[in-house]
Amino acid sequence: MKPLAPISSTARVVLGISFFVLFVAAWSYATFGGFVSKTFLANPWTMLQDGWFLLVKQGFLHDIGMTIWRVIGGFVLAALFAVPIGILMGAYKPIEAFLEPFVSFARYLPASAFIPLLILWAGIGELQKLLVIFIGSVFQLILMVAVSVGSVRRDLVEASLTLGARDAGVLKRVLIPSAAPEIAEILRLVLGWAWTYVIVAELIGSSSGIGHMIIDSQALLATGQIIFGIIVIGIIGLISDYAFKAANRRLFPWSII
Amino acid sequence: MSKLVIDNVSRIFPAVRGGTPTRALEPTNLSVADNDFVTILGPSGCGKSTLLRMVAGLDTPTTGRILLDGKAITGPGADRGMVFQSYTLFPWLTVSENISFGLRERGVSQRERNDIAKQWLEKVGLTSFANHFPKQLSGGMQQRTAIARALANDPKILLLDEPFGALDNQTRALMQELLLGIWERERKTVIFVTHDIEEAIFLASRTVVMSARPGRIKADIPVDLPHPRHYTIKTTPAFSDLKARLTEEIRVEAVLAAEAH
Repeated sequence: MKPLAPISSTARVVLGISFFVLFVAAWSYATFGGFVSKTFLANPWTMLQDGWFLLVKQGFLHDIGMTIWRVIGGFVLAALFAVPIGILMGAYKPIEAFLEPFVSFARYLPASAFIPLLILWAGIGELQKLLVIFIGSVFQLILMVAVSVGSVRRDLVEASLTLGARDAGVLKRVLIPSAAPEIAEILRLVLGWAWTYVIVAELIGSSSGIGHMIIDSQALLATGQIIFGIIVIGIIGLISDYAFKAANRRLFPWSII
Repeated sequence: MSKLVIDNVSRIFPAVRGGTPTRALEPTNLSVADNDFVTILGPSGCGKSTLLRMVAGLDTPTTGRILLDGKAITGPGADRGMVFQSYTLFPWLTVSENISFGLRERGVSQRERNDIAKQWLEKVGLTSFANHFPKQLSGGMQQRTAIARALANDPKILLLDEPFGALDNQTRALMQELLLGIWERERKTVIFVTHDIEEAIFLASRTVVMSARPGRIKADIPVDLPHPRHYTIKTTPAFSDLKARLTEEIRVEAVLAAEAH
């Protein structure tokens, strides 16, 4: 293998799939071969049966729908807040100086630690779940967006100034379009983190959602169901990731040519 | 009356972490006549780019003032177009949109913008690349677009900061001819910063030689070669004489600059 040498797209797909195959093979070997007790780890076949049981008999699709809606709801709320604030912070140094220390502090507050407080404030309804995701992602988003806007190439800004751009023009026609692909990439990244928060939110005081199913299954020692739930999250993550990447390619053709 | 007056302008960069302040440019006086093509020639670190940036309004003089048409320059503006050494086309805009960036900022209608962009695309020979993104262009094409972008704005003066510095020799020679051709037709006032002696002579009606740090003007030499100039002029005796003279001037400075570092 040569460093950084490109590979064909077929080879890329084959290699990518073969790791999944290897992974399931190792799992099958450990479980079917009797090396791991059924109590701790279900085998792939049991996992699929449990999954079928969940989908058909337990209305798991409803849980999946609830979880997706919470993630998207909380994340969109966070993005609506964070993107404009982040852009202003990146563009205007006084705003950055005003907000940056607090946001940096708030970023380190674990969202999960807020769950008891949020239950007190907002009950155990949907609002509380959305708020967990909101708190978990909003501060990260603000900081990352601010950094991306703040690091727009200086010479592009200078070029726009010599072409007669004024303050609002620099913001609207240079800083925002220049940072847009990176902002989209940041949204994709933080959406992945939002999935972690939603499951944590659903583990506590919830009556629906993938996280709720997982905590129920733990009580029943149904490891097959837990694993099925985890895999479903992974698949949804993979799909949303691909959708995001495809959308970015369409929206910003100039950045990848 | 002079178009541009640089009056006692100096620039001292403040000290960084306990060091000494950098005297980038000693108090300098320079007048540029209307429709003149002035090249500023000097070794790196002679303050020539600093001077140009101050004319553009991207940097502020420590002392002195700069007047354009009798009005003091206080910041960047559309009346002074600039072409940078680095590629500064906006990567998210097509070639045509890049050229009309300044027009759009001024609120010129879409139709008129398209017309002007089309004219300039033709003048720099990029008509078939109107809808390409900058990344799809070669370095020479990007700089041609940058020149068109600056001139489409119809500035009072065009400032160029080593615009062909990153190009290979052949492309550079073609770009010089293209720029000179445009100047011969449009008769803009131009200040062109370079460290290439041949380039400085070929383009200029007047060459200003600057000395190494601290930067100041060392010589001001008229270039009385006839227009329109053809690239073959580079091999004429008159051209060679000028080149020999400037080589001498600049060599002393280059040696001093090398010793200082």
